[in-house]
Amino acid sequence: MSEQTAPASAEELVPSRHSPAQRVQHLLHRNPALSPLIVLVVAVLVFGVVSENFLRPQSLSLLVQQMAVVGALAVGQTVIVLTAGIDLSIGMAMVLSSLVMVKLNFDHGVPGPLALLIGIAAGILTGVVNGVLVTRINLPPFIVTLGTFSIFTAVALLYAAGQTTALPDDSFLLWTGETIRIGSVGITWGVLLMLVLYAGVGFALRNTAWGRHLYATGDDRDAAELAGIRTKRVLLSAYVVAGVTVGVAAWILCGRVGGADPNAGLNYNLMSITAVVIGGTSLFGGRGLVIGSLLGALIVQVFNSGLALAGVDPNYQVLATGILVILAVAVDQWIRRVKA
Amino acid sequence: MTDPLLELRSVNKSFGPVQVLHDVDFRVYPGQVTALVGDNGAGKSTLVKTIAGIYRADSGDFAFDGKPVTIHSPKEAADLGIEVVYQDLALCDNLDIVQNMFLGREATSGGVVLDELTMEERARTTLASLSVRTVKSVRQSVASLSGGQRQTVAIAKAVLWNSRVVLLDEPTAALGVAQTRQVLDLVRRLADAGLGVVLISHNMVDVLEVSDRITALYLGRVAADLPAKESNLSQIVELITAGRSGDIGIPAATAAESA
Ligand SMILES: Nc1ncnc2c1ncn2[C@@H]1O[C@H](COP(=O)(O)OP(=O)(O)O)[C@@H](O)[C@H]1O
Ligand SMILES: [Mg+2]
Repeated sequence: MSEQTAPASAEELVPSRHSPAQRVQHLLHRNPALSPLIVLVVAVLVFGVVSENFLRPQSLSLLVQQMAVVGALAVGQTVIVLTAGIDLSIGMAMVLSSLVMVKLNFDHGVPGPLALLIGIAAGILTGVVNGVLVTRINLPPFIVTLGTFSIFTAVALLYAAGQTTALPDDSFLLWTGETIRIGSVGITWGVLLMLVLYAGVGFALRNTAWGRHLYATGDDRDAAELAGIRTKRVLLSAYVVAGVTVGVAAWILCGRVGGADPNAGLNYNLMSITAVVIGGTSLFGGRGLVIGSLLGALIVQVFNSGLALAGVDPNYQVLATGILVILAVAVDQWIRRVKA
Repeated sequence: MTDPLLELRSVNKSFGPVQVLHDVDFRVYPGQVTALVGDNGAGKSTLVKTIAGIYRADSGDFAFDGKPVTIHSPKEAADLGIEVVYQDLALCDNLDIVQNMFLGREATSGGVVLDELTMEERARTTLASLSVRTVKSVRQSVASLSGGQRQTVAIAKAVLWNSRVVLLDEPTAALGVAQTRQVLDLVRRLADAGLGVVLISHNMVDVLEVSDRITALYLGRVAADLPAKESNLSQIVELITAGRSGDIGIPAATAAESA
């Protein structure tokens, strides 16, 4: 056959000519975590030069501890955003879950490990509520979670009667705040737990059929359905997985605040979304990596800590985060226009 | 003549009050390309989706390999060896070629972890068996492919499963001349390999060239089912636009009834 010379195969013979900008676009399209990685490295270097304290092991380990709760929540948020959804309730769900753990343990004398399991179950239940509303009643995730955000907030405040509960220092639920020393670097069990969450969910997304179906559903629900994927189930599973991360994040939160505080969750909703977006996951679904969200959460904390150490007015930290979010979304839009 | 691989008898299908398919008889033979032609809205896609188990026929009989069967879900169709390449290309842009070809039917080791090597290998051999040489790497993202290459991947996906009947709904509608050529060659090769192929197309020159039989639908009724060799361009155009041509086709009275 004369396939090689036929016009049909002509296009493969012409080497594609891409401008440097197009090549960058392709590179970022294939590696969604690349841009946050570059931003993180540059930010760490800049702040390391600006303030000598920044790169000290103590500063860095504190920085990582400060982002552990947002980091853990961002895992669940990423899974939902990958389905082209969003969870505005995730922070309050976490607070609710932590209240259940702490109050069962402290007020009702339920043993720590059991209280933890019930608290995690409460976290999963919040995910099931969101997931069922999204998949069975076909409401947009934005609206569903805007509603459940208010509901979870009210339930948390009513349940706690507005009160903070402090646990004794040796409580099982505060284990996540305990430090293990590796040389001169101290790291909490909570940080390790967060990393385990990233490893576990990252593996499932990359190496299981469930993960593949999640990406497919997020990119093109109709195509996924025609390929035989039951997309409703996939969507529901995303909210359930988010519920699990809510439970784990709640435990890490206990260790951070030494108990449970019904007013602690307000910022975490938006902070988790910020981490996901800065981490390069597309809000349109189907593209992104959990590891990117870890980088995103780290970037926000690096800016906050770095600017604080440099003695800059804290309001500039907020400003910097805002600029990063808009830049990240702009870059995503540009990458999405990638052409062959 | 060989027996049909897939045979439909008197299939009716309505959407609410609108009857789209009227007593449709349809046969697909192994080793042949059966062209399904008809004007827009004639019911071609509906017929394909009914065969694929996406829609359920209101009445009618299905036989596969001469045995009566029912097809109530895409899975039941797939289990029989019936695969469809849909008009609106069901590929995910964020996945690569291998991931798309195995989407929904991934190979795993131990039932959990994806077996990427096996999938990649099978994707490569399937593409090679179709003499596809236009894709550089099976790990290329589908978003970076041309229309013809995407169509090729969709067809390769359909034949990956030892399928016996492949239905292609307007596979060349969005393609240029060279890419249409590629796809038509591929369609012919599928039939030459023994599959029963159904091709929906609006290009009658292509249809006459590549197909063995032609089934013409007119307003949801079969106007004619004839060997391509015994037909010609003006006859098919008449069958499509008027439902009859000379002494073959739907009686004028019946045609008027379904209009
Ligand atoms: N899901 C559906 N619900 C209601 N009507 C439909 C549906 N799908 C197709 N139809 C109608 O059935 C007729 C045949 O459509 P279709 O099978 O897509 O035709 P073709 O593929 O031949 O152009 C059209 O009148 C169309 O409006
Ligand atoms: Mg159609």
